[in-house]
Amino acid sequence: MSCSCGSTCVDPKAQELQKVIEKYKNTKGAVIPVLHEAQEIYGYLPLQVQKTIAEGLDVSLAEIYGIVTFYTQFSIYPKGKYNIQLCLGTACYVKGAGQIYDRLKQELGLDKDGTTKDGLFSLESCRCIGACGLAPVMMINGEVYGRLVPDDIPGILQKYRDAE
Amino acid sequence: MFYRSHVLVCGGTGCTASQSNEIIKQFEKLLEDNNIENEVKVVKTGCFGLCEKGPIVVVYPEGATYSRVTPDDVKEIVSEHLVKGRIVKRLLLGEKEAEDVSKALEDVGFFKRQHRIALRNCGVINPENIEEYIAREGYLALGKVLTEMSPAQVIDIIKKSGLRGRGGGGFPTGLKWEFASKPQADQKYVCCNADEGDPGAFMDRSILEGDPHSVIEAMAIAGYAIGADKGFIYVRAEYPIAVTRLNIALKQAKEYGLLGRNIFGTDFSFDIEIRLGAGAFVCGEETALMTSVEGKRGEPRPRPPFPANKGLWQKPTILNNVETYANIPAIILNGPEWFSGIGTEKSKGTKVFAIGGKINNTGLVEIPMGTTLREVIYDIGGGIPNEKKFKAAQTGGPSGGCIPADKIDTPIDYDNLTELGSMMGSGGLIVMDEDNCMVDIAKFFLDFTVDESCGKCPPCRIGTKRMYEILEKITEGRGEDGDIEKLELLAKNIKASALCGLGQTAPNPILSTLRYFRDEYEAHIYEKRCPAGVCKALLRYVIDEDKCKGCSLCARKCPVNAISGELRKPYHIDQSICIKCGACMETCKFGAISKV
Ligand SMILES: Cc1cc2nc3c(=O)[nH]c(=O)nc-3n(C[C@H](O)[C@H](O)[C@H](O)COP(=O)(O)O)c2cc1C
Ligand code: FES
Repeated sequence: MSCSCGSTCVDPKAQELQKVIEKYKNTKGAVIPVLHEAQEIYGYLPLQVQKTIAEGLDVSLAEIYGIVTFYTQFSIYPKGKYNIQLCLGTACYVKGAGQIYDRLKQELGLDKDGTTKDGLFSLESCRCIGACGLAPVMMINGEVYGRLVPDDIPGILQKYRDAE
Repeated sequence: MFYRSHVLVCGGTGCTASQSNEIIKQFEKLLEDNNIENEVKVVKTGCFGLCEKGPIVVVYPEGATYSRVTPDDVKEIVSEHLVKGRIVKRLLLGEKEAEDVSKALEDVGFFKRQHRIALRNCGVINPENIEEYIAREGYLALGKVLTEMSPAQVIDIIKKSGLRGRGGGGFPTGLKWEFASKPQADQKYVCCNADEGDPGAFMDRSILEGDPHSVIEAMAIAGYAIGADKGFIYVRAEYPIAVTRLNIALKQAKEYGLLGRNIFGTDFSFDIEIRLGAGAFVCGEETALMTSVEGKRGEPRPRPPFPANKGLWQKPTILNNVETYANIPAIILNGPEWFSGIGTEKSKGTKVFAIGGKINNTGLVEIPMGTTLREVIYDIGGGIPNEKKFKAAQTGGPSGGCIPADKIDTPIDYDNLTELGSMMGSGGLIVMDEDNCMVDIAKFFLDFTVDESCGKCPPCRIGTKRMYEILEKITEGRGEDGDIEKLELLAKNIKASALCGLGQTAPNPILSTLRYFRDEYEAHIYEKRCPAGVCKALLRYVIDEDKCKGCSLCARKCPVNAISGELRKPYHIDQSICIKCGACMETCKFGAISKV
């Protein structure tokens, strides 16, 4: 995106994004695939990226923004270094995922899904990650923790804090 | 006994020589160490015919074939794969050698127990190898259809089979195809719904991961039947493995000329693209799904016009569920009479269920229609853990309802479930025991629909929110006389006026719990009591003075210091501080603390 060196260097991420836009330019219904790949490149979808996509695909920024905010997978905020995805699907809920959620919020000092002030953790409740057999389940950066009880939470978080 | 995983270890001569007995022992020990010996069964099998690569270990249900496994590798297979569900890529067998093993694996007893039609290849073949699919009569149905039948004959077979949509609605598939075959158009589309939005259901994912070609083949058959040359598979982005396998399968099908131009030398051409969802439940609804494929906000549109006339990009389109498609090749090959011979009068064939919740054997089963809920829960599912009492089973996810204990002997089919106020849904079956509060469950589902309502129509956007607020009030002990009636009125109006299926079915979890558990609602409202002991505002934790030994353990455990007392004298909980986390009750060694 923007940098302070003028126009002599090229941001590799921006380059990659341009490639993605080129690839999909002539595909019908390309916006969502492009947003997916853009999010993969940047980790989230800041306004500047949305603008670039709008220009590249020749749709209005309003439409892009409307799509980004409609789908929960797209995020306009950066996530924490460790993204905690807690399953609140039915199978997990009946096995007490609600209590796990309460405990996570308590331990992280959040009152709902969001990112901690230090940017270390973000909490995201999701619906079924397909490990219902291990319910209740959460995933931290892809690592699965199953059969949770609320008292497991402090120890698990500490592990990540210690790694800092 | 139903295990969630089976580990098949080759016990042939070659493999035994390379320590397969050691491997089995090591598995058994490590399974016990991880406390999963009741969930994972180790089976020693005959020769896989791959002695050169031995010892071979195949882990079902994924069908991951590990080669040259040493006893030291077992630890990794157990901890990564069996505990966390992640395949150990390092040990996987390459594609080539796995050809031709499928037939031998078919005879394993485990698969004979269920009636597997949609899941016929799952865990049996290597889904990333088209040849294994072909070896099991894959693409034979497509060949037969293209070279021997007219589109009208294909539709006729599907109609005769009695197949109904497995995505929830239960609409007759043959009829849907017939509608879409009628209009004349320069372009038609075939879509596959792999959005699988019901939280707690994973049937479609398993099919896509285990047998992607069956869906691809069926979509091509559908394309031929209605006159379409283009297909879209709409998959949840949360299913990366399924997406990878589908991509591989599509690539291979194209290489083999089974997709693309002039398939089987006929003038029929068909191609498929994958589109990823982005986490919106409403996109499982057919018109919303099509809007999303078009690259817009996935909002539903009014029907009519129906997709059969004006669907994707305003062209005639059919949309079917993954499991519906997976049945198609088998019906073409075995004939409609074979299929309609299975099941009940109005519900033919089988249904795959993902059983979860308070049940010993969480897992995936495919059962003939008409199997009773009791058989599913007790015979296949192994019953309820901790000797608890079965209270209800929930089917149909956020659009469905529950089946109470006294209806447990009802044969499962579309019409029986609808009559009970639930629905077949896509196949999620969540079991609840006496510790689950039905008002809380209704609130859980309403929370889901409020969250997922796309906001386009007011009855759903505002109505579900109002219903949620009333439920919240009731569970927080602020319920009043008239609340139940208000819920019923709202439910009736939302059902009648919402734009799409999401809103129209959103009141179902409330109506169904009210129908069978009205007394629980009343206890919350009039007695300010939660009979299941779930709703925190209505709970009090108390210490029984006679049982309390004054050990102080609970006071030390309490996160908010609500418990005080003197050592060796009964302790006391200050209700104004207590946050009702229940930690004290769990810690007490003397059973002196209870919820009232
Ligand atoms: C809110 C809502 C969500 C739905 N979600 C799904 C879904 O995740 N998967 C699915 O196959 N069908 C879903 N459906 C049903 C589809 O609209 C459609 O009926 C179905 O995909 C048609 O295929 P079938 O006839 O083969 O079942 C949903 C319907 C509604 C109203
Ligand atoms: S409901 Fe939580 S993993 Fe499926």
